[in-house]
Amino acid sequence: MTKEVVRERDGARVWARFAENTRLARIAARRLVHALPVIGAVLVLNFFLIHLAPGDAADAIVAGSGQATEAGMETLRSQLGLDRTLFAQLVDYLHGIATLDLGTSLRFNEPVLRLILERLPKTLLLAGSALLVALAAGVALGIVMASFAGGIVDRVLSVVAVAFYSLPIFWIGLMLIVLFSVHLGWLPTGGYETVGADFSGFALVADRLRYLTLPALSLALFYLAIYARLMRASMLEVQSQDFVRTAKAKGLAPSVVSVRHVARNALLPIVTMAGVHVGAMLGGVVVIETIFSWPGLGRLAFEAVMARDFPVLLGILLLSSVLVIVTNILVDLIQASLDPRVEA
Amino acid sequence: MARSLAASSGPLDTASGQAANAMPPADRWRSLRLFAANPSAWFGMIFLLAVFAGAALAPVIYPGDPLSMVGRPLLWPGENPAFPLGTDGLGRDVAAELLHGARQSLFVGIIGTALGAVVGVVVGAAAGTFGGWVDTILVRILEVFQTLPNFVLLVVLVAIAGPQLWSITLALGIVTWPPLARITRAEFRAQRNKEFVLAAVGLGYGKTRIIFREILPNALPAIVVTASIMLAMAILMESALSFMGLGDPNTVSWGSMIGDGRQFLRTNWNLTAIPGVAIALTVLAFNLIGDALNDALNPRYVRRG
Repeated sequence: MTKEVVRERDGARVWARFAENTRLARIAARRLVHALPVIGAVLVLNFFLIHLAPGDAADAIVAGSGQATEAGMETLRSQLGLDRTLFAQLVDYLHGIATLDLGTSLRFNEPVLRLILERLPKTLLLAGSALLVALAAGVALGIVMASFAGGIVDRVLSVVAVAFYSLPIFWIGLMLIVLFSVHLGWLPTGGYETVGADFSGFALVADRLRYLTLPALSLALFYLAIYARLMRASMLEVQSQDFVRTAKAKGLAPSVVSVRHVARNALLPIVTMAGVHVGAMLGGVVVIETIFSWPGLGRLAFEAVMARDFPVLLGILLLSSVLVIVTNILVDLIQASLDPRVEA
Repeated sequence: MARSLAASSGPLDTASGQAANAMPPADRWRSLRLFAANPSAWFGMIFLLAVFAGAALAPVIYPGDPLSMVGRPLLWPGENPAFPLGTDGLGRDVAAELLHGARQSLFVGIIGTALGAVVGVVVGAAAGTFGGWVDTILVRILEVFQTLPNFVLLVVLVAIAGPQLWSITLALGIVTWPPLARITRAEFRAQRNKEFVLAAVGLGYGKTRIIFREILPNALPAIVVTASIMLAMAILMESALSFMGLGDPNTVSWGSMIGDGRQFLRTNWNLTAIPGVAIALTVLAFNLIGDALNDALNPRYVRRG
């Protein structure tokens, strides 16, 4: 091979990578622009929900100080700008959001953003592990079900899957506690880590895992059932396509065809659904964290409901919407990199 | 033509009757046969009938307030024949609570989903039929609602409006309409350029008539299947709300029974298990019926072998 040919081929490869990267960048940019009005609408909706909520910032401050007169309340309201037009207050609210000010918690008397960011990593850990377990096990089960479609294994697993996604998530959690914590005594009933224990290294990881297992499993079982069903349907759909017949005709082993050819293509809709479920999972986290005393966003939401702490509650709603938007963009990018036909 | 004229014949025509009329007769019977041949559909129907009967007869079998104290607290099922399912921590009859709770759980779920279905179908039909800027705006609104996490939004709405029967039902309607609007819009977009619609346009039928009498019956199977899934979700969400203490405090529901029983989880886990099984079986019944409807109405999913 001459030097020129090599150089030319390298050039072509560099160009191809550049083209691929710009394609992904274009898709990301387009999706971001598309998301802006949605975020705007969510913000406005949030503002009106805050207004509909009983009690305002003045009430909260007075409740904190413990003394209130009618006149004092009026001055406080005008100091806080609560007596101005709705529109002026909306502009104020949006300005606050732009400077990352989500208001102050009535209960903790702390900035809402700080409260939320403190709890966010723990929720991401819980929801992330649940999603991973659900995806891995669901996809594997779906492949098994599709390979034996119509047979006894498939029927039994199908019934189990429908049963699992008919169970209330919080009830799965409670029953797992009864079995694994109360009767068998294997795992703790709740919490995030052993209080007062000073673990490090492997012991620390093991301790965290013991606390993570039950809540993550309760959350995962529901979605596992959905992914297994989806994967089964998706596999059957792909199996009827021409390229699969070609692969079989080439004499490839059935297991190679079903894993390399069918499963890979069947995964695409599952990735989309997993993206859609991030929002739903944030809902499930509210009940699961409440049951297992997991110190994340969901438990914060529950505490906020009980204390009628609306700034915190609406801050969580806003942040979870942003999370949903970000995951949707990520899912689109994953889809685009898996499938070169997706255009910006 | 003859088909659509026949479809408009009597005032007694119901929506489902229209759906059947819109399909060739052979197809109609095929769907019904497929549905009837499905054992899980039968399980679902029979179980739901039993639940509905129990809910309807609750005031007859257990007259009086199910939240009143009637016996020694924390009796296990079978311990006292007067209380076949035992009593809870406050000495209330679990069986009475279960039957009265069915009323709440089913009522809220069904009315909430029905509200969501009406709004979703109207919005989806408008977006799918008219297209253009109407579609753009409606799809944008849909996107906003699909961005807000369902259950978190539900919790926020009920917390703001206060936990009452009407606010929970309304909030369930608000979270269930987007998927129904989306499926209706997709169906309408697929149907609106089909020949029978063009024929109806050619005959000079009005827009309302074309939407409700021509396109809607053909879009119904997909809508009914989605609605049955949403109904299952609505019942699950209502139970989670009442479990968290955001249900109507004056009525008993399966979710609130689990919430009350939770404090006795160590010793009397039956108080948590019994209402949970009731929720699970009811939701399972709706899901099985939804699956069977999907298999029967959707020719694409006919089993391949």
